[in-house]
Amino acid sequence: MSGFFSALFSALDPLCGPVGVFSLFGSGSLVACGDAGWGDEIAFGVKITIGLAVVTLPVGLVIGFLIALAAQSEEKLLRLAAGIYTTIFRGLPELLTLFIIYYGLQILIQAVLAWFGYQERVEINAFLAGVVALSVVFSSYSSEVMLSAFRAIPRGQYEAGDALGLHRSRTMILVVLPQLIRIALPGLTNLWLILLKDTSYASAIGLAEILRQTSIAARVSKEAFFFYFIACLLYLTLATISSVGLGFLERWAKRSEVRR
Amino acid sequence: MTAVSQLIPPRPAPAIAKRRITGARIAALAVLALWALLALALVLTVINGWDEQKFLRYGPRYLHGLWTTVSLVVLGIVFGAVLSLPIAFARMSKSSVLNTVAYAYVYIFRSTPLLAQLFLIYYGLGSFRPELESVGLWWFFREAWYCGLLSFVLNTAAYQAEILRGAIESVPRGQHEGAAALGLSKYVAFRKVILPQALIVALRPYGNEIILMIKGSAVVSIVTVYDLMGETRYAFSRTFDYQTYLWAAIFYLAIVEALRHLWAFLEARLTRHLKR
Repeated sequence: MSGFFSALFSALDPLCGPVGVFSLFGSGSLVACGDAGWGDEIAFGVKITIGLAVVTLPVGLVIGFLIALAAQSEEKLLRLAAGIYTTIFRGLPELLTLFIIYYGLQILIQAVLAWFGYQERVEINAFLAGVVALSVVFSSYSSEVMLSAFRAIPRGQYEAGDALGLHRSRTMILVVLPQLIRIALPGLTNLWLILLKDTSYASAIGLAEILRQTSIAARVSKEAFFFYFIACLLYLTLATISSVGLGFLERWAKRSEVRR
Repeated sequence: MTAVSQLIPPRPAPAIAKRRITGARIAALAVLALWALLALALVLTVINGWDEQKFLRYGPRYLHGLWTTVSLVVLGIVFGAVLSLPIAFARMSKSSVLNTVAYAYVYIFRSTPLLAQLFLIYYGLGSFRPELESVGLWWFFREAWYCGLLSFVLNTAAYQAEILRGAIESVPRGQHEGAAALGLSKYVAFRKVILPQALIVALRPYGNEIILMIKGSAVVSIVTVYDLMGETRYAFSRTFDYQTYLWAAIFYLAIVEALRHLWAFLEARLTRHLKR
């Protein structure tokens, strides 16, 4: 079964599949697939970029939701704790966050291992560091979006949930969350597009995503302009596809809204 | 005659209700303890790893890097603002050609990463050395600093054009009509009536754009410009001391927080006539 799916995926690969862009138009050129050109390397980079963004999204959304909950709670200390988190990670450059987490995690793991008497250099996976750093950044921004969405939901909704005898958590899931998603969706769409662009920073810690792969191709082939142009084009395509897709999602989310 | 035969004697105030220990409170304390632990670890790393040699060697370099970052951002924002004017007006013009061109510019520069734009300019255009030399522009594209500035200007112009357009279009029609009814010329009406109202709307997004620019400016460190991030990476590559990144974080946080508070103050000050 998994063989069938991998065959299906490679058949539908938009870059290097049988009907891929690079296979159709790139054969014999620098972006040919296989050993002749850089097409398959770049296609791999695209997969890594998409993978990084897609893995980061749910993690960042969940952390962001929890922080938004904390930031609107009645408990003062909880608001303070959430405020510190968002202030720090919205104030640091994404690149610096990435380096701090990449090297910081290594030092932390090494220190913990040294505690148990295990002395060895640890190198953590660049993909993992990328996911952690980007979800930290994404969550601190998405918490702000969700917080303002929370504030847009009137108190009466919670009170109505109470009046119906729903448990607080049921009210949250059945009544508040659906409205929250609808209100927060435009803001989250923006954040997704920003996240897609921020994945390019992971090239600085050696993750083989689009920009890294095109950089290698540019350095080896000495055709820098061509390859970086391809990189820009790929990011542009990803952004366009996702904004079209998210446009559908937004219309779907708004389907129950009153037409005015 | 009153029905009250006896007054209730004064009683002490009710006891203050005990603050209940809720789950939220425990979670808050746990998270705050975690933050305090991290802050303590940070302070301890700085104290334990304090090395006057390093401080004397890299301290001035950090300040120089800070200066590079600030000058890049300031010049980028100013030139970007100049470039954003024609783009914003093209975006609002009735001519569909101008409109499409401006929209394409904004769309392309907003949906590709700054890092990729920087690479395209520095490495990409830099590979056309003979052509650039014949035009006499090689001195510009040879320097990473100029390329960084150019990519900032092009990038921020796209964002600023959208901010400006949104702000100008947010001014209600009635303001235009009112100005026309007073016999003001189009130019005077724009300068004295529309623009002041638009700029108040644009104030907050402009502040956000400057902060994004400061954070984005760290990318020039990848193309060998020694800005704050570049000096940090240099110091780290020499010493392998994790503190270098913590110092950079303190610098960036200080700048961003200062700017955020300055902007909050500016906004409160400039909109005080709108408060009720």
